[in-house]
Amino acid sequence: MTGTFLGMPPFPEAAHDAVNNAQLRHNLRKATHTIRGKRAAVVDELDDWPQLRAAGKAIKDHTLRHLDRYLIQVEEAVTAAGGHVHWAADADEANRIVTDLVRATGERDVVKVKSMATQEIGLNEALADAGIRAYETDLAELIVQLGDDRPSHILVPAIHRNRSEIREIFLREMAEWGEPAPADLTDEPRVLAEAARRHLRERFLSAKVAVSGANFMVAETGTLVVVESEGNGRMCLTLPETLISVVGIEKVVPTWADLEVFLQLLPRSSTGERMNPYTSTWTGVTPGDGPQDFHLVLLDNGRTHVLADEVGRQTLRCIRCSACLNVCPVYERAGGHAYGSVYPGPIGAILTPQLRGTASALDASLPYASSLCGACYDVCPVAIDIPEVLVHLREQVTEQPGHRAERAAMKAAGWVFADPSRLSRVQRLAGHTRRLIPKRLPGPGAAWTDTRNIPEPPAQSFRDWWAQERGSDGSPRRDDA
Amino acid sequence: MRVALFITCVNDTLYPRTGQAVVRLLERLGCTVDFPVEQTCCGQMHWNTGYGTQIEPLVRRFADTFAGYDAVVTPSGSCGAMIRDNHPKAAARAEDRALADDVAAVVPTVYDLSEFLVDVLGVTDVGAYFPHKVTYHPTCHSMRLMKLGDRPTTLLRNVRGLELLELPGADECCGFGGTFAVKNPDVSAAMGADKVRNAAGTGAEVLCAADNSCLMHLGGMMDRQRTGVRTLHLAEILASTEELPA
Repeated sequence: MTGTFLGMPPFPEAAHDAVNNAQLRHNLRKATHTIRGKRAAVVDELDDWPQLRAAGKAIKDHTLRHLDRYLIQVEEAVTAAGGHVHWAADADEANRIVTDLVRATGERDVVKVKSMATQEIGLNEALADAGIRAYETDLAELIVQLGDDRPSHILVPAIHRNRSEIREIFLREMAEWGEPAPADLTDEPRVLAEAARRHLRERFLSAKVAVSGANFMVAETGTLVVVESEGNGRMCLTLPETLISVVGIEKVVPTWADLEVFLQLLPRSSTGERMNPYTSTWTGVTPGDGPQDFHLVLLDNGRTHVLADEVGRQTLRCIRCSACLNVCPVYERAGGHAYGSVYPGPIGAILTPQLRGTASALDASLPYASSLCGACYDVCPVAIDIPEVLVHLREQVTEQPGHRAERAAMKAAGWVFADPSRLSRVQRLAGHTRRLIPKRLPGPGAAWTDTRNIPEPPAQSFRDWWAQERGSDGSPRRDDA
Repeated sequence: MRVALFITCVNDTLYPRTGQAVVRLLERLGCTVDFPVEQTCCGQMHWNTGYGTQIEPLVRRFADTFAGYDAVVTPSGSCGAMIRDNHPKAAARAEDRALADDVAAVVPTVYDLSEFLVDVLGVTDVGAYFPHKVTYHPTCHSMRLMKLGDRPTTLLRNVRGLELLELPGADECCGFGGTFAVKNPDVSAAMGADKVRNAAGTGAEVLCAADNSCLMHLGGMMDRQRTGVRTLHLAEILASTEELPA
């Protein structure tokens, strides 16, 4: 994935800084709770939401089961419509394909529609290495790019920034990249939006090449679909001469009738709207209208590996709505950057370690970045059982080196629980030594006693009380009955 | 009706008063209660931390210990959910047909305490007396996995003298999450602090829940902060009477 996330510390370490950043926590709490409330309201409006959710899940499962067939259908339809299809096995291959395509146009600048896939492969950095500047045009993505920052949310990449921070970024950076911000810029949302509009307008009108992702690909016609709120995406998709779309292979849906289900599920789950303001669809090229040269780069980059895992494959149903981020109590406190990936939050905690593997300390920490509260599963519009996949990935992590002490502790606990008389002996030992237990524990226990008092073991366990009250055969004493 | 208690290892070891309250309550309601002493632990800690392959003996022990009862009642939504949702998965993984059959036979007999009271006994007023202000934390696994719904609060509303105060952000996780509290201490503490603030803000004297693990985390935090709010398991409030107050 993108190089900007390389060298990030494991989740608990990165989260430590975020938890102690009061401004960040305030920004995150405010934003996630607002979207959370809006989503709940528009979902409650539909009396067939559970059926829609089940339909979304079923369509995705069916498509993934026959992914080879549908991808070939996409390729044939796009080619028949005058487009070109490229297959990229990994990030390097995808970046090389896009770089070569841009080079062939002779252009040094490209405009971009917000795209998770291109962030995943680090396309902007790869283009920069080839001397090509990529300009993000989504407002939040622009804020992140101008601030030399990293996205921290799937839908709202600049969720961690408030408007006074955005004003400072615009004033400081816009001139460097193009149309400068007006000197009298205030932090009023309308004024900030106008500054971004002017800055971007110049960009759209001069760009010859655009790079996009897509939310969906309809196999029956080879049509790509982008849903968005601002219209900037539509500018990118229609104005330039060349359009290059980099799309993960899991984005395919078989038919337009299937798309209808997702166009209900996605906006309500993501922005809390009944329908998103802009839905753009494009199929190959249309002479005299829109880009005359269209390239589709189909990206694998670990996805077929995810597909091969019986438990993990449900992750590929994800439509990147970010509802799971907005309800996640861990994301709300830790922020998106702590996940060290373009995919933060609960979905990132399962998607990233599957795409990248769990070899690094950061990736091995991600399956544990959840209290398994289950709120993410409840809101997921395609019913991905995120807690189930988290536990599945934890099993993979514990099989790696570096878990010797924990494994031994779990074995010891298992040994105690294997025999009630062992459990009873441990309980009595705890009861007898309870006065000796220090208020602050060493080792892993310190994490507990830093903020909480530990419960004092009782003098007598329940089972000892039962034996004392009811006798060894467990029958109630006469006078109790 | 032959009712067996699955008291859970946490309650057995650290919160025997909860188990005693369950016994008192169920016997008051006319049940014959048994505590099969062969029981130990449901294996949730192993399962959720990534050591699910180690729990086969615990799954087998549970199925053997609780075979043949009309109902198995547990005062923990979290452990109840572990048995219902994951014991069948663990048995399937063991590729032992007999074990899978035993688990399939025992799972439908497992009830959380409030489920058993409301759904099986058909009781919503258990004749309790507890003249205090109480706020109720539904706990994630009780709410989302066991789907206890409003059963616990219905039971609390019928307790004589009890004033039930609504907990803001009730459906948010308290941050315990088993080993999560140890592996991600900062985030866990931040989540707990918000829950504690919300609970203390209600003006309640008691924070109640149907899971002592969550209460251990929150109680430890409230104790450290000297909020003056104490924690009580739902069973202890429901067992409370004028003669034997909780």
